[in-house]
Amino acid sequence: MGSPKETPRKWGDSFATPPSFGDVVFDRVFRGVAYAFTVLTILVLAYIVFEIGGKALPAVKEYGMQLLSSSDWNVNRKVYGILPEIWGTLYSSLFALAVGGVFGVAIAIFLTQDFLPHKVEIVLKNIIEMLAAIPSVVYGLWGIFVLIPIIRPLADFLHEYLGWIPFFGTKLNGPGLFPASLVLSIMILPTVAAVSQDAFRAIPLKTKEAVYGMGTTRWEAILRVMLPTASGGIFGALVLGFGRALGETMALAMLVGNSNQISLSLFSPANTLAALLALNFPEAGPMEVQVLMFAAIVLLVITLVVNVIGQLIINFTRPGGAR
Amino acid sequence: MDTVANTAEAYAPAACRDNDVILDCRVDNIYYGDFLAVRDSRVPICRNEITGFIGPSGCGKSTVLRSINRMNDLIRSFRFEGSVHYHGIDMYGPKVDPVVVRRHIGMVFQQPNPFALSIFENVAFGLRLNRFKGNMMEKVEKALRGAALWDEVKDILKRSGLSLSGGQQQRLCIARAIATEPSVLLMDEPCSALDPIATRQIEELMVRLKEKYTLVIVTHNMQQALRVADQTAFFSVDISQGGRTGHLVEMGPTRRLFDDPQETLTREYLQGEFS
Ligand SMILES: Nc1ncnc2c1ncn2[C@@H]1O[C@H](COP(=O)(O)OP(=O)(O)OP(=O)(O)O)[C@@H](O)[C@H]1O
Ligand SMILES: [Mg+2]
Repeated sequence: MGSPKETPRKWGDSFATPPSFGDVVFDRVFRGVAYAFTVLTILVLAYIVFEIGGKALPAVKEYGMQLLSSSDWNVNRKVYGILPEIWGTLYSSLFALAVGGVFGVAIAIFLTQDFLPHKVEIVLKNIIEMLAAIPSVVYGLWGIFVLIPIIRPLADFLHEYLGWIPFFGTKLNGPGLFPASLVLSIMILPTVAAVSQDAFRAIPLKTKEAVYGMGTTRWEAILRVMLPTASGGIFGALVLGFGRALGETMALAMLVGNSNQISLSLFSPANTLAALLALNFPEAGPMEVQVLMFAAIVLLVITLVVNVIGQLIINFTRPGGAR
Repeated sequence: MDTVANTAEAYAPAACRDNDVILDCRVDNIYYGDFLAVRDSRVPICRNEITGFIGPSGCGKSTVLRSINRMNDLIRSFRFEGSVHYHGIDMYGPKVDPVVVRRHIGMVFQQPNPFALSIFENVAFGLRLNRFKGNMMEKVEKALRGAALWDEVKDILKRSGLSLSGGQQQRLCIARAIATEPSVLLMDEPCSALDPIATRQIEELMVRLKEKYTLVIVTHNMQQALRVADQTAFFSVDISQGGRTGHLVEMGPTRRLFDDPQETLTREYLQGEFS
């Protein structure tokens, strides 16, 4: 970036001219603004962590590690533990990641690998993206009034005949991990599908030609080359989806059952950190607020760790030099 | 350029004896959507020879080449009218699976396009695809040596194929194509990304390969056509009919085509190239 004054207006007879004064100013202002916003974002994040952390501190001093290890939450006895919520958050999110991830990637493959006429691809793509526009509370209502009645026979059947498997160990009495996780799967589906589709579409035509030129069938092409080539983007999609699942609040608060217990059974009610926060804040006393602040920090840390691990895995698994 | 004796043999109209024609490519019409890209061209490909396609840009060399192993089936608007007989079977026949066609008729593209896999896996790709059971390492080394790349990559076989330079990538793609030893190898300007030394190596490779295989190459380099091609097909476009439809102008033994072109179009094109 030389200053415009020093550059000669013309070197030789070429038509080339240096950027005009306006261009240079615009470039600098634009860069400055972009830089400022970046710094601002980081500052806001740091401030939030600082503020919440400060509010949570008294609770940590009072209860210490017990907050993380206890499964009791009793305002009257003043015992607080968020282990069941951590468990429920991870369990429901992992379940949603498995279901939503498989379906999301499958949809991405289906919509990008020439299975359908182009116009149909576009229509389906838009419909799936519209799933992301449905408000969380609508998902919650739909879960209560539509999904739970539908899955109840299946849950009863599984419990009756396969009850010895821990996952089906209890009976489904309305809200619980299973309906909550299913709704969560649908909620992260558009994210996973959209980002994975981008990853598949980013594969250059020449790669596609190379694969099919080797005489692969469509599935061989997809499994042997398209998936590995898109793996970085797909992984990013899964991390994004998982992050979304961890923080989802309203639908889960309505569907998960809000019960402080740690159970492997999919049909038992449970709780998640976000649901705990949403439901308990309105009537929380001073000490409880501090504990809830602590729960918020834990949720933040979990999300952060997931993102960092995801980034690390992407960096390590991407074949050297790719893209 | 030295001229070849005007013997009766040099003028022989048929490219090679009929029973030596391994691929008989008859194009009636090739369309992209409504656009007629290539019309009426019969290109017989002779066994164990190198056939070169030359002609101005946009005359349909790649289109014809990619029709031979049904690569163009990937393009939705593509439509082929005609036939490509290989061992007496029409590759466009109703019972023929393009996947199988492509396993027998390999292809190297104009732009290097290695997979985002390791160098080794790139070369082993076709072997795995065809469920090769023998010594994988041996075959990979052989293919890489054949493509004049072995010495440069023998210590970095685990690195991504995409980490190589453009010219190295192209040789990797050649290695990938020859690893499965397809009976016919189609090459679309395989040397356009290579330096003169690598180009010579690839040309030597082509000449070696024709002992066992049959090669078809598209090239814009007349010297290259002269150096390696046994037969040369010259394509051109006619703009007269409104569109830009390509077609075969003439085909024959390379020396004869260059020294004594029968058609005015060919003569003008070659004069442009060599004057
Ligand atoms: N995928 C496609 N869709 C539509 N038209 C195409 C497509 N590919 C090629 N064409 C058209 O077909 C004609 C022949 O193209 P082709 O690529 O076969 O030419 P070429 O002889 O290989 O040229 P070059 O020497 O520049 O590679 C051109 O007019 C081109 O515009
Ligand atoms: Mg071409």
